[in-house]
Amino acid sequence: MRGERSDMSEDEDGGRGGAGGGDGAGDGGTDTPVPFSDQVLENVLENVLQFLSSPQDRNAASLVCLPWYRAEAQTRRELFIGNCYAVSPRRATERFRRIRAVVLKGKPRFADFNLVPNNWGAHFQPWVSAMAAAYPWLEKLCLKRMSVADSDLSLLAHSFPNFKELSLICCEGFSTAGLAVIAEKCRHLRVLDLIEDYLEGEEDETVDWVSRFPETTTSLESLGFDCVGSAVNFEALEALVARSPALRRLRVNHHVSVEQLCRLMARAPQLTHLGTGSFGSAAAPLLQGGGCSVVDLARTFAAFKSLVCLSGFRDVAPHCLPAIYPVCANLTSLNFSFANITAEELKPVIRHCHNLQNFWVLDAVRDEGLQAVAATCKDLRELRVFPLDPTEDSEGFVSNVGLVAISQGCRKLRSILYFCQQMTNAAVVTMSKNCQDLVVFRLCIMGRRRPDHRTGEPMDEGFGAIVKNCKKLRRLAISGLLTDKAFAYIGKYGKLVRTLSVAFAGDTDLGLRYVLEGCTQLQKLEIRDSPFGDSALLSGLHRYYNMRFVWMSSCKLSLRGCKEVAQRLPRLVVEVIRDRDEDDDDEGVQKLYMYRSLAGSRNDAPSFVEIL
Amino acid sequence: MEGEATYVSDLDNLKATELRLGLPGTDAPEKPTPASPRGSKRALLAADEECQSKSKSLGADSSGQEAAPVAKAQVVGWPPIRSYRKNSFQARKAEEEAAGLFVKVSMDGAPYLRKIDLKVYEGYKELRKALENLFKCFSLGELSGMEGCNGSEYAITYEDKDGDWMLVGDVPWEMFISSCKRLRIMSGSEARGMRSSP
Repeated sequence: MRGERSDMSEDEDGGRGGAGGGDGAGDGGTDTPVPFSDQVLENVLENVLQFLSSPQDRNAASLVCLPWYRAEAQTRRELFIGNCYAVSPRRATERFRRIRAVVLKGKPRFADFNLVPNNWGAHFQPWVSAMAAAYPWLEKLCLKRMSVADSDLSLLAHSFPNFKELSLICCEGFSTAGLAVIAEKCRHLRVLDLIEDYLEGEEDETVDWVSRFPETTTSLESLGFDCVGSAVNFEALEALVARSPALRRLRVNHHVSVEQLCRLMARAPQLTHLGTGSFGSAAAPLLQGGGCSVVDLARTFAAFKSLVCLSGFRDVAPHCLPAIYPVCANLTSLNFSFANITAEELKPVIRHCHNLQNFWVLDAVRDEGLQAVAATCKDLRELRVFPLDPTEDSEGFVSNVGLVAISQGCRKLRSILYFCQQMTNAAVVTMSKNCQDLVVFRLCIMGRRRPDHRTGEPMDEGFGAIVKNCKKLRRLAISGLLTDKAFAYIGKYGKLVRTLSVAFAGDTDLGLRYVLEGCTQLQKLEIRDSPFGDSALLSGLHRYYNMRFVWMSSCKLSLRGCKEVAQRLPRLVVEVIRDRDEDDDDEGVQKLYMYRSLAGSRNDAPSFVEIL
Repeated sequence: MEGEATYVSDLDNLKATELRLGLPGTDAPEKPTPASPRGSKRALLAADEECQSKSKSLGADSSGQEAAPVAKAQVVGWPPIRSYRKNSFQARKAEEEAAGLFVKVSMDGAPYLRKIDLKVYEGYKELRKALENLFKCFSLGELSGMEGCNGSEYAITYEDKDGDWMLVGDVPWEMFISSCKRLRIMSGSEARGMRSSP
């Protein structure tokens, strides 16, 4: 699970654009000779500043004066770029000369839901080229929603002799061939984490990348490939695990059967994080015979003294579940979100999980399952309930009952993502009162514009209570039937909200105005299918330079309004995205994506993107 | 892959029955997906987008009214579940659907066996009918083993996962197909013995 990658989560990231923040002093690239006393001061500063790690602190330090700016630039080791188009690779690498780790994010989040056409951009290529030249000592790279080609991975593997950690999250464009080069050339590789990526050519010939790791003892600490659709060479994998004594995290894909998993586990009892792959029998699911002995499997698990995180369970055979009982008490993180299990199958497992802090599950466990969670997991911090059948008219398996139960049992809850068909205001209000530590509240009522099913009222009061009572709230996603009143609440009370996701909500432009005027910390705003028009858009001119991006699709925007924004804010890139070059050149703007940038209009925009 | 072919043809059928707000007969020609290096999974999603982009635009215009046909049409990217997650389930469902559950069927006295896919039948009635059709050339008459049948000499039995021969029809259909390994149409005295036990 992604617990450890908290810097990649949408809720807590490095603040305003790592490179873009403190650049007021202009390009620090050219070095004029510095007087001796100033040099001493800079050396002192460097020695002090090297202890600053948070990007916000560093950005602030860099704004003090030019020596501080230079010293900070020399001592920054980790570069966080929240929007790859906010700054050019050249500018970033010229300012920061000694970077060892880079975090780079690309496409807007709504790309995950097919709202951004293919080939929109976020190419890794210009970045890897610039970094290959500027950062030969690069060790870590984390990419999110970037388009990464095999050639990019090859360049990476050949350019950074000390490269240690690669994390690719929600990326696409590369294949097993790219992975093979990484495995083969990055001899000091410690981390290779592939999380929800889309690999190319999975149906065609795939490359046996696992065999390409060094044949000697490796320094691998973490290997995660649960998103790789093609099977890997199991013998090679087993041998790799056997010669990787530092391995602590292993996440295999669903092609690895539970019998094979047993063999892997036997080689690596020191694992702390395990992604179990299918956790089903190699034999065809409906024909019994062959398969794992639950007792053996349980014994294997019992040997795992350090296991804290379990995931996988893609094709879980329910009779195998009891095998994990021995480790449940130590688990802090459990991901059942691909396991189609019932409440009855969940209860005996969850009953043991007293220390659970992160729990992801399918709504197939129903309210009853959630009640069981609430009864045991008193330390729960993060809960995600995903829908088994992600359509609007599916049967609702979880409801206000489950939400209330969780709020009563898990008082320390900080983050919740909850998919349901319908909800009541009362339940949401109850949660707002019980879970005062909430930082992330994402409620997705799948039925669009559905009111409180008990009172018939809009869901305004529920979300209003959340923003009012949860004083630490930073991220909010709203749904259901919502009027402008909900937005008024958010604008009034959501003073710490940084990320807001809106879908099928609101009545008039006032709604958006309330948010733009009230939410002073707003960084990321994504709106779809809501009736907000140009005048609302223009009411936020004072905010857009302080935000990372705004996404608005299927709203009531027109070209004229968007053009005016582009004109009034020259450092804002305003992209109008069309679905496949629509012929109808009407004034309406279907998709707007705008973001502050020091780089100006990007030169890699495809034909369906118009930059105003 | 077979599974994905099924999915695509299902998509075509879906489109045929999709309710749209447009004049009958007007149907914008399908624009081809721009060339992309993606595998067929992405192409599927793009095709998905194509047939839904029309219905999606209704959201902005008719925010107040929620006509019944509109509510039924799927909207792009809603609910907001990552394709990765959606595909994991769909691919597996398609795989399961494509896999089938073939079991051998033998009939006492017949020179050769047959094979049927249990998954295509919805219940015992259909199964019996299918078996009758399969073996009618051996002139069976009615096949018994279920309620209300008399005068015939056959019983449909199956071997379950424990290796026991059971009479077909006692357990719920779902349980039956998950435990049935093969079928045997038993004749004569053996059959009578089975039928006489309540």
